[in-house]
Amino acid sequence: MNTGATGFLQRYEGLAGRLPGDSALRSAAAAAFKTSGLPGGTQQRRIEAWKYTSLRPVAEADFQPDSAPRHEAETVLAELLLLDAPRVVFADGTLRTDLSVMPPAGFACFADQPDFGTLSWPDREPMVALNTMLARDGAALHVPAGFDAGVVQLVSIATGDGDFHPRHSIRLAKGATLTIVEISAGKGRYLLNTVAEIHVAEGAYLTHIRLQDEAATAFHVSTTYADVATGGTYDSFTLNLGARLSRTEVRVQLSGSGAMVHLNAAQILAGSQHADFTTVVGHAAPGCSSRQTVKNVLAGRSRGVFQGKIEVARIAQKTDGYQMNQALLLSPYAEIDCKPELEIFADDVKCSHGATVGELDAEQMFYLRSRGIPDTEARSILVRAFLAEALDAVADETIRNRLETAVEQWWERQKA
Amino acid sequence: MAAVTETLDTVQSVTQSGYKWGFETTIEMDFAPKGLNEDIIRLISSRKEEPEWMLEWRLKAYAAWLKMEEPQWARVDHPPIDYQDLHYYAAPKKKAGPKSLEEVDPELLKMFEKLGIPLKERALLAGVDPDTVENTQIAVDAVFDSVSVATTFQATLRKSGVIFCPISEAIREHPDLVKQYIGSVVPVADNFFAALNSAVFTDGSFVYIPKGVRCPMELSTYFRINARNTGQFERTLIIAEAGSQVSYLEGCTAPQRDENQLHAAVVELVAMDDARIKYSTVQNWYPGDANGKGGIYNFVTKRGACRGDRSKISWTQVETGSAITWKYPSCVLLGEDSVGEFYSVAVTNNHQQADTGTKMIHVGKGSRSTIISKGISAGHSNNTYRGLVRMLPSATNARNFTQCDSLLIGDQCGAHTVPYIESRNPTAKVEHEATTSKIADDQLFYCRQRGLSEEDAVGLIVNGFCKDVLKELPMEFAVEAQKLLAVSLEGSVG
Repeated sequence: MNTGATGFLQRYEGLAGRLPGDSALRSAAAAAFKTSGLPGGTQQRRIEAWKYTSLRPVAEADFQPDSAPRHEAETVLAELLLLDAPRVVFADGTLRTDLSVMPPAGFACFADQPDFGTLSWPDREPMVALNTMLARDGAALHVPAGFDAGVVQLVSIATGDGDFHPRHSIRLAKGATLTIVEISAGKGRYLLNTVAEIHVAEGAYLTHIRLQDEAATAFHVSTTYADVATGGTYDSFTLNLGARLSRTEVRVQLSGSGAMVHLNAAQILAGSQHADFTTVVGHAAPGCSSRQTVKNVLAGRSRGVFQGKIEVARIAQKTDGYQMNQALLLSPYAEIDCKPELEIFADDVKCSHGATVGELDAEQMFYLRSRGIPDTEARSILVRAFLAEALDAVADETIRNRLETAVEQWWERQKA
Repeated sequence: MAAVTETLDTVQSVTQSGYKWGFETTIEMDFAPKGLNEDIIRLISSRKEEPEWMLEWRLKAYAAWLKMEEPQWARVDHPPIDYQDLHYYAAPKKKAGPKSLEEVDPELLKMFEKLGIPLKERALLAGVDPDTVENTQIAVDAVFDSVSVATTFQATLRKSGVIFCPISEAIREHPDLVKQYIGSVVPVADNFFAALNSAVFTDGSFVYIPKGVRCPMELSTYFRINARNTGQFERTLIIAEAGSQVSYLEGCTAPQRDENQLHAAVVELVAMDDARIKYSTVQNWYPGDANGKGGIYNFVTKRGACRGDRSKISWTQVETGSAITWKYPSCVLLGEDSVGEFYSVAVTNNHQQADTGTKMIHVGKGSRSTIISKGISAGHSNNTYRGLVRMLPSATNARNFTQCDSLLIGDQCGAHTVPYIESRNPTAKVEHEATTSKIADDQLFYCRQRGLSEEDAVGLIVNGFCKDVLKELPMEFAVEAQKLLAVSLEGSVG
């Protein structure tokens, strides 16, 4: 047997000593992974954080990391409609300088300068342990104090049936500004299991846009740890369109007073897709604020999951936390599961969450139909209006247009 | 302003004594030895003169319990419970089957007096002929430790065909009804504590409302944990046949003492077509002292099944007591257009821990549910709302509205909200709102400016915060509940 957790562990043992970076950290992660296994896979105990998502299909898949036909990367990349900005391209988990347009400064790759960071929890998160065990490459971006680094695209292309574990590190020094546009796509039955660590220093501003448009047969797991210092902002938006099964987990710690985070997302699913958006926002300093708008549009037999937790520590007085979660079920076979959670230990706080689940408004449909708009089109108009609210959170018009195009393309694919 | 005046009166009428109902009545007890095994279960069953099928049912539950693990998912923290260090059976020594109220132990009547049971009920308990008080509103089935010793109003109830009796009596007198419904809402192996209860339950109430009957009075049970080291395991079963209606009240106080006591009750409700059940609880068991020592562990499984079309089950609870509360009164909405409601106020102070909420499982077309939960944390306490709303594929046009509000008093306590929302039907609509806040300075200032002490002001504001729930309580309970809120929050400000 070389599938499931055993397969990954065997591979790790085979590679022993040949992977970059701290080998003690890797072996500790391997030990943790050996104990935990894959959530929903072979392990016996149920993990609350994985209540609605089982990685059994990942455990059952037979990944062959070395069999990928590399020549297809260019084809996939050509279809991606990239922005006119620097881009760092990883194909099957490895940096491809020939396909990249490197940012002028502040870039290093994990293979040369391995940086596992300090925020991740391989001992508590099985997929982070797996990444720590097998990570070979990734991007390390560093923006010096007071510098505006503009837009950098971080592109992942996978073209085979392998498993890839990129490890990214993004550090913004005091007062720095950066916009990351992370795009992942591919062809095949691969697993992309990314871990990213983000540090936003005092007064720095990071905009993080993610477009997940993986192959319909692929698995996508992404875990992001972010730390935001005094007066810093981490402004993120995630659009999940692709993959057979995806899990996007974001853990943000607001560690300095007045820090701010936006964790907005939209998931648009059809067929038998499963997408899980899980977030934990830790308010660990006074006067911080967090904002979240998460929308799910679910067609076919798809299943959307949203788990959002806001933790307010005793010290975090004057916290302002808000979370809105809405789901639209377009088919009688679709399913939404959500768990918005508040954990509050400070008394002078303003925290609220709201959640709604339902179908398209019958009156609105009637309004459009009575004006001669066909059913399919009327539905499409209303769904787009529903999504617009989430997409509006993306301030940069060029990037927003790019995301809107992705939604259009998704819509066209459904019609076909 | 009437409500305000009333609130102020109640707040003022409450003494500074903290837990004023912490007395212990000495009545001779009949104990089974400590520990739990098949022999103890056989003993309980034989003491209760139960039929063979009941014993088998208990043993089946015990076998299931042995294989289960104590749940760890709730946000509560307590030293491990030694289930072998408890008495599972304790009965007050008395003459067989109390046929008339004169036979009731005078000690017991005194106890009801201290509990503040309304005068007319006390008179009834003291032996007034039930037929002369036909217009009185409440029937009391007093559960004194493990055996129900006084049941009133039997005559009036019997006239309308209502059965209201201790469950042990129902097992003997109405075995077919009990056999049909017991365990049908909460199966024996439903969860760890329900399995334990199924194996060792010693008493509780049984209510049967026949077809088309509106129960002529509110039914009420006063529970009281009395003997040292006896866990209390009540089992309540309420069946409302088609078109019937019943309102059931449950209120609790307990003697003050040091050792933690385990309480694991199971309540099952069954509502058929057009039936309505309203179940109200005021829970005020000993919460432990200001340092978190002592107090009751309250691990309760309450569930109602709306089996009939247009049936309705409504849970209202005011939870102020117990060191630990683990309680999720739920509704399984099977019938078309059936309705489930959950109104809850949970107050925690000092070192209390409450993990409470509800489950609304929508199966039937057009089923509707409303959840209003108000959590108040003070002192070093933790208060968690944990709820589930599930829309199954069959729940066409179902609706749910949920509102969870938390109020924090002081910066050493915690308020947590853990709702689960699962929908598999596009026509079903779920709306959920949750907020957390503290008592606003301007509200306090306003009250203080008008001459209220800080504590009275807090009592007033808290009562306002809970109004949506308190108004759902029957009159008799609403007053007691307001007093309890004030007592529970004593010493939490300033």
